[in-house]
Amino acid sequence: MKKAQEHTAPKKYGMVIDLDKCTGCGACMAACMAENNVPFREDETDKNLSITWLRVYKLTNGKKFPNADVCYLPRPCMHCEGHHGHSPCVSVCPATATDYSYDTGIVSQIYTRCFGCRYCMAACPYHVRYFNWWDPVWPEGMEKMLSPNVSVRTRGVVEKCSFCFHRYQIAMEKVRYEGRAELAEDEYQTACTQACPANAITFGDLNNHDHAVYKLKTHPDAFRLLERLGTNPKVYYISSREWVRRQGDNYLENEGKVVAKAH
Amino acid sequence: MDTALIPEGRKRCPLWQFVLFIAVVGAVLLWGVYAMILCWLKGLNQTNMNNAYGFALWIWADLAVIALGGGAFFSGFLKYIIGKDELKNLINYAVIIGFICYSSALLILAIDIGQPLRGWFIFWHANVHSMLTEVAFCLSCYFAVLTIEFIPLILENRQIDKVRFFHNLSHNMHHIMAVFAATGAFLSFFHQGSLGGVAGVLFARPFGFREGVLIWPWTFFLFTWSAAACGPCFTILITKITEKVTRKKLVKDNVIELLAKISGWMLLTYIVAKIIDTWYWAVVTAPEAGFTMMDFYSNNPLYGLWILFLEIVLGGIVPALILITPAGRKNKATLLLATVLAVIGVCVNRWVMVLQVLAVPVMPFESWFMYAPSWQEVATTILPLAYGAILIAIAHRYLPIFPQEPELNPVEQQAG
Amino acid sequence: MFPFSFEWIWDMSHMVFHGGLWYALSIIGLGMTYCILKSVVDTVQGKGGDGHH
Ligand code: SF4
Ligand code: SF4
Repeated sequence: MKKAQEHTAPKKYGMVIDLDKCTGCGACMAACMAENNVPFREDETDKNLSITWLRVYKLTNGKKFPNADVCYLPRPCMHCEGHHGHSPCVSVCPATATDYSYDTGIVSQIYTRCFGCRYCMAACPYHVRYFNWWDPVWPEGMEKMLSPNVSVRTRGVVEKCSFCFHRYQIAMEKVRYEGRAELAEDEYQTACTQACPANAITFGDLNNHDHAVYKLKTHPDAFRLLERLGTNPKVYYISSREWVRRQGDNYLENEGKVVAKAH
Repeated sequence: MDTALIPEGRKRCPLWQFVLFIAVVGAVLLWGVYAMILCWLKGLNQTNMNNAYGFALWIWADLAVIALGGGAFFSGFLKYIIGKDELKNLINYAVIIGFICYSSALLILAIDIGQPLRGWFIFWHANVHSMLTEVAFCLSCYFAVLTIEFIPLILENRQIDKVRFFHNLSHNMHHIMAVFAATGAFLSFFHQGSLGGVAGVLFARPFGFREGVLIWPWTFFLFTWSAAACGPCFTILITKITEKVTRKKLVKDNVIELLAKISGWMLLTYIVAKIIDTWYWAVVTAPEAGFTMMDFYSNNPLYGLWILFLEIVLGGIVPALILITPAGRKNKATLLLATVLAVIGVCVNRWVMVLQVLAVPVMPFESWFMYAPSWQEVATTILPLAYGAILIAIAHRYLPIFPQEPELNPVEQQAG
Repeated sequence: MFPFSFEWIWDMSHMVFHGGLWYALSIIGLGMTYCILKSVVDTVQGKGGDGHH
């Protein structure tokens, strides 16, 4: 399968999200839903039943006025690398329906092979994986607006953020057709990155010196969610606020100030 | 009316009573079947599971019935491999109970998956690194073994046994039963263990995660051990209930006491290991992930330290102490109490290793996730109980399950 | 499950896992085959139940 693809240097796509810039507008969520044909229902009151590949969480510092502070945290799939590709979810899937690509670092989800055991959902601590409790129903006429590049899912399978993998495939096709060796940074960008009006999201190859994320991830205020669990996520966050960084992971009371780890 | 089918030298209740029992329990069964069909036709939106609770009541039920069905492999192991021959008086029943438990587990799994028609993918596209793959393979193979162990029993029915081929088949199967029992014990060791591994390997879920050896987390060994300890307790409990319902003594006390004693020692050693495991997890594993033990037992409406007490003290230490003391297992009331407590203990363990794992918030800005099952989930979980009661009723009526029954209950006048 | 499915790799874990699996399956399969064949032979030879067990 992998052999058929032209071999370029292994990439490690990832994201750096600047939480100081994020206003919580939700444009990324909307762009993601549209880009990836994410189904929705008439009544979305129960958020535990909604499918939101990218979800913006609201964090508060728990203090009263005038010290109250909020922060919005967009959460896509972290495309965890774990220990050498041993991501929490990939290692548990009994049917090999989700896979860690060593070429791109992207954790894929194979809808036609998933049989809906939901073990991967139990394994992912970020609640990134969503189950299709219902068959998707599109409002009259909307089926004509669906993206032809992304297959719609059926009831009973799990889906999640793919870092808009179809965009990578399309870009790579072009690269191969033009006989080039490498993909330029701006040739493959996720929908959320492009939709963000505040430019809070930066996307690119974490292994590539020329990509913006390569430098940003070493920012002194950069951190990753739940790093201590060993998930080795590829999504980095930047926040100048200590309380935000501290909410990025679990700490015992006696553990001191959070110094962001640079990678 | 059905006397020709009833084993010779044994007394059974009148047919109308039997039919009435089947009809009442059958109504419950139909309710469960209705819920099951709803789930298959309409999908898992019939449940109260959600994206935070991908695993819930069903997976718990699965783990619990498999642990309780562990009586079959462990008594088989004791009889055929260790050579505790007295257990031949209970092994048939242990096999039937195991058969019911495992068939129920497979049925529940078939309802639980989102795409039941793709269920075979787990075999075909097997990811050998997943605990669930190991579960699926060993579970199905072991179910085949249980079926093989059950067949000779069915063939012993008075009418079936008249057919020469079946008589020979039953004889030949009995002859090499030790081989099947050994295979069953081998398979059971792995799937009981991998069920424990299911939660134990989740390194991003600090409540479930455990360290271990090679690919196996400690829960792997603890689950096998607890199933071997509590499975026989369940076999004893069901035997006692059957004796109550049929108003007959079916197995001699020395047989029950032998199994109870072994079970007690298994339970005691298990609970010591479990305490060490819990302690190590609380002071080493969880703090490494940034959690204190109390983070897992506070700030929520249900899970408190009481559940740990219920599992380890009431459902572990107490029954173990009762069962290892001769007076404790000789006294009918304390024996019964101990088996009930052990069964509760192992069920609570399976509950926390499935549901509490998912209830605990892992991202610091989240709060606890709570869940209550829908009626469809409850009905499909009760379904196996009804099915089990019916199968036991039929098997008891028409098959000579308990070798000591005629001796313990001599029939005054020969029937007919 | 079989070496011809594309995700099959000839590595240690596959060999151990499937080694154990096929070993167990063979014992079950061979055991049952033996029982059935022997019963057929026994029956043909007239052994076993005479109807008055
Ligand atoms: S964030 Fe969750 S779904 Fe994404 S790779 Fe990590 S464990 Fe898997
Ligand atoms: S739900 Fe699908 S992707 Fe997730 S573990 Fe099960 S089969 Fe694999």
